[in-house]
Amino acid sequence: MNASRRIMPFPLRPLSSPLRSGAAALLSAIALGAASQALAQEDPIKVGILHSLSGTMAISESTLKDTVEMLIAQQNEQGGLLGRQLEAVVVDPASNWPLFAERARELLEQHQVDVVFGNWTSVSRKAVLPVFEELNGLLFYPVQYEGEESSENVFYTGAAPNQQAIPAVEYLINEVGVERFALLGTDYVYPRTTNRILEAFLKEEHGVADEDILINYTPFGHSDWQNIVAEVRRFGSEGKKTAVVSTINGDANVPFYRELANQGIDAADIPVIAFSVGEQELSGIDTGPLVGHLAAWNYFMSVDTDANYDFIDAWIDWTGDEESVTNDPMEAHYIGFNMWAEAVRKAGTTEVDAVKDAIIGVNVPNLTGGFAAMMPNHHITKPVLIGEVQDNGQFDIVWQTPSTVAGDAWSDFLPGSRDLMADWQAPMRCGNFNVATGRCGGSTAAEEAEAALAE
Amino acid sequence: MRYPPMLGPASAGVRVGTAAAGNERASETRGSWLLVLLLALALALGLTQAAPAVAQSEPNGDDEVANELLEALDVASFPAKGEAIEAIVLSEDPRARDWLQALLDGRLQRTDEGRFVVVLDNTGREWPVQDALSGEPLGEMSRRDLDRIGINNALRNQLRSAIAVVDLYSSDLALRRASAERLLGEVDADLAEPLAAVIEEEPDARVRERLMQALAIHRLEQGEIEAVADLRGSLHPRVRVALSRAANGDEPLVADAAREALNSVEQMLKVNRVVETLYFGLSLGSVLVLAAIGLAITFGVMGVINMAHGELIMLGAYTTWAMQQLLPGQPGLALILAIPAGFMVAALAGVAIERGVIQFLKGRPLETLLATFGISLILQQLVRTAISPLNRTVITPEWMSGSIAINDALSLTLNRMYVLGFALVVFASLMLIMRRTRLGLEVRAVTQNRAMARSMGIRATRVDIMTFALGSGVAGLAGVALSQLTNVGPNLGQNYIIDSFMVVVFGGVGNLWGTLVAGLSLGVINQVLEPWAGAVMAKIIVLVFIILFIQKRPRGLFPQKGRAAEG
Repeated sequence: MNASRRIMPFPLRPLSSPLRSGAAALLSAIALGAASQALAQEDPIKVGILHSLSGTMAISESTLKDTVEMLIAQQNEQGGLLGRQLEAVVVDPASNWPLFAERARELLEQHQVDVVFGNWTSVSRKAVLPVFEELNGLLFYPVQYEGEESSENVFYTGAAPNQQAIPAVEYLINEVGVERFALLGTDYVYPRTTNRILEAFLKEEHGVADEDILINYTPFGHSDWQNIVAEVRRFGSEGKKTAVVSTINGDANVPFYRELANQGIDAADIPVIAFSVGEQELSGIDTGPLVGHLAAWNYFMSVDTDANYDFIDAWIDWTGDEESVTNDPMEAHYIGFNMWAEAVRKAGTTEVDAVKDAIIGVNVPNLTGGFAAMMPNHHITKPVLIGEVQDNGQFDIVWQTPSTVAGDAWSDFLPGSRDLMADWQAPMRCGNFNVATGRCGGSTAAEEAEAALAE
Repeated sequence: MRYPPMLGPASAGVRVGTAAAGNERASETRGSWLLVLLLALALALGLTQAAPAVAQSEPNGDDEVANELLEALDVASFPAKGEAIEAIVLSEDPRARDWLQALLDGRLQRTDEGRFVVVLDNTGREWPVQDALSGEPLGEMSRRDLDRIGINNALRNQLRSAIAVVDLYSSDLALRRASAERLLGEVDADLAEPLAAVIEEEPDARVRERLMQALAIHRLEQGEIEAVADLRGSLHPRVRVALSRAANGDEPLVADAAREALNSVEQMLKVNRVVETLYFGLSLGSVLVLAAIGLAITFGVMGVINMAHGELIMLGAYTTWAMQQLLPGQPGLALILAIPAGFMVAALAGVAIERGVIQFLKGRPLETLLATFGISLILQQLVRTAISPLNRTVITPEWMSGSIAINDALSLTLNRMYVLGFALVVFASLMLIMRRTRLGLEVRAVTQNRAMARSMGIRATRVDIMTFALGSGVAGLAGVALSQLTNVGPNLGQNYIIDSFMVVVFGGVGNLWGTLVAGLSLGVINQVLEPWAGAVMAKIIVLVFIILFIQKRPRGLFPQKGRAAEG
């Protein structure tokens, strides 16, 4: 299906040639004529954006759409890529998981985009996987996720569990001296998998007893936290240093933190470390009573580097809102976009297979003063930062890993997963190679998508 | 932690002063409160005048030493910072408490030239600052040029304890109370001795009791069996932790005594748990009642299935946010003004929906349902585009945050108490309107027999508009209250629409009392189930229970009686 796509970039030649090759070429030439005259030679490179602009996830995803648009505009100011301009193709999957698959198909088949930046929730990613594999598209996924996946067509620029959850818990144990853990999460695949990994990690590596781990799941948008917070308070008042590890998602966080503050749970007594609460989520909360609660990310808006300040200034100019904040998934898109641009430059084409090969090993600067490299398993290297909430809605970085950590697609702490590895370089080219049996499991995208959507 | 020989002679003076005030207060218990108040005021004034004099005569206040003290804080390692904090505590510098507080709040920062400043307001990109040493204002600085002295939770703990020890000698009773609260379980050998002296002189009984307990915990840790007597009967979690540690200790005598002391409060703790769960349930129930009561009018009384009811709640919440934007710095006043404003906004929106859509679909419930569902989506997206898809911050006023302590182990959150009260007031006024006013009479007449009411001269259309406006306005009130508990965002309404219908149907369509009883009982059932079934299961069980109940009694808890109900 990519063959027809590659004929397209020569609209002007048939015109000058005496042998017109057909009506189709003429039509496309007329349609593109006006635009391409200004740009001299070729039609623009199309960048698809697959983020929800309406529905529940719009709160998180709409800023990511703006981020990619800003990055495209910046790239165009610098003369585009390969001498061609970039053009954003925006679709709205409306927080509706099956619709994500349809919109992805629309982007790849109808709009013939060269690359897609998109998705937030794991279930939406699972839904589009078969589409990207079938139509051989490129997807950059910018959000921290539960791991246990590596697709040939997807690049995971957010954190895998070993780049967020595991270092965060190690920080709690080593630096804060925590002995009891309350794992609170929203009831869906990311918290459940992450908590399974954490539970195994705590028991195996640190010998934490069963009675010192409390696991609790709540529905999406849960707003009445009285009982759970009271339970945590009792759990934490038994003499051992206690911390809450929160994979509570999105909207449920505001009432959760409010209840914490009102029941007088202070960060110095029972700190909460969150994996889904960033600057943007905090912008809906009065953070005064939350000072000292923690979050683990790979980027914070408060990072003190010039690259970050430039990014923030550009973002504020782009949105025209002095109060707008930057967050971790935005940095992931920044890295992913630059990696893709670098790979295109290296390959000399936007052709998917060439870019896929070229991007492995690409190094681009991140916003925290280091570099991010694309690994053969389609995950990237990231520093892990622990930040404490400040009263101005920002995080103060209190700890970070001495060097960057490479993302691990398959967790070492889950049975069945520890023998698997992903390597998309030749000759292996496999996302789930079993080291024990020496076999490649092959793509399970279709079944996984079905299972995820059935839930 | 070591304790500082802080404010040596000066503090002694202060202590004598407050001790005297306390004694006078004690002897005046039956006397005029006014006199006590005046006396206290006079003393307080005297003390504040004395304080600067003390500061000036302090020999260690010179800036070079001070700068070095602060310099030591500007290191990367947190343990080194901990030592620097200790040095500041021991320096006896009069500005020490301010520095520690600024450090605790993250406002102690350093400029590019190495000057130490205190940031006065750290919102936005330009921050007003003042010099940390001289206290003179330095204008606004960019956050690019400032480096903050970071702290972590361990240092925060250390700072709080250090400030608590300093505050123990304060003349301000509130500070002393907070300080005593803080020191519970934090006393070590260094602090034990001076603490005994402080307890001797402490005039306030509450502070004295807390400090005695704090000291007793330390003594218990040293294996003193007498200390158990001082801790007996206390419900405070830190006391219980100390006792249960002793109960599991190696000394059998102490362990027995501690175990016995722990058992003596067991019964009280159980009562606490029951009260707490009941409160949680009533508070959840009051939220359900608030969200549903507007619907009880539009759906229950008028029979209109309004799927946009949730969005009317959302409008009320956004009105609260808008009021707070209009009145910056006065969140409390804005919240109170938002009550009438939220009512008006939602009522007007309700009238627009009624006139624009619902009146044309009278008697066609399915079409009404679809049309209003469409309206709800339109309203949501309108808010997303016009305001923002992001949640808005609604500030909780000071008088609504925190909780009131019933005893050491039980405190009830204030914001929920206000919402509970508000729900009852709204319910009572609605009952009054329906039972005692002309409008209420007309509404009841039109619902019972529309044709008959019209022939008696009641303008049924006008009654329809007024009723719908009332129901919608009450939804707006619910939004104002919910803005204090949950997110103010475009999805706010969606989260409550199902629950609202559930409550109204369970309570019995057309009956306000039914809504109240249904809402409160569903809240309590949910909260009783939650601890052992989990939040997800609790919701499912409640839903199944309602389905079964409706099978048995299709008209709900309080069915409407009479001919109107049959028709």
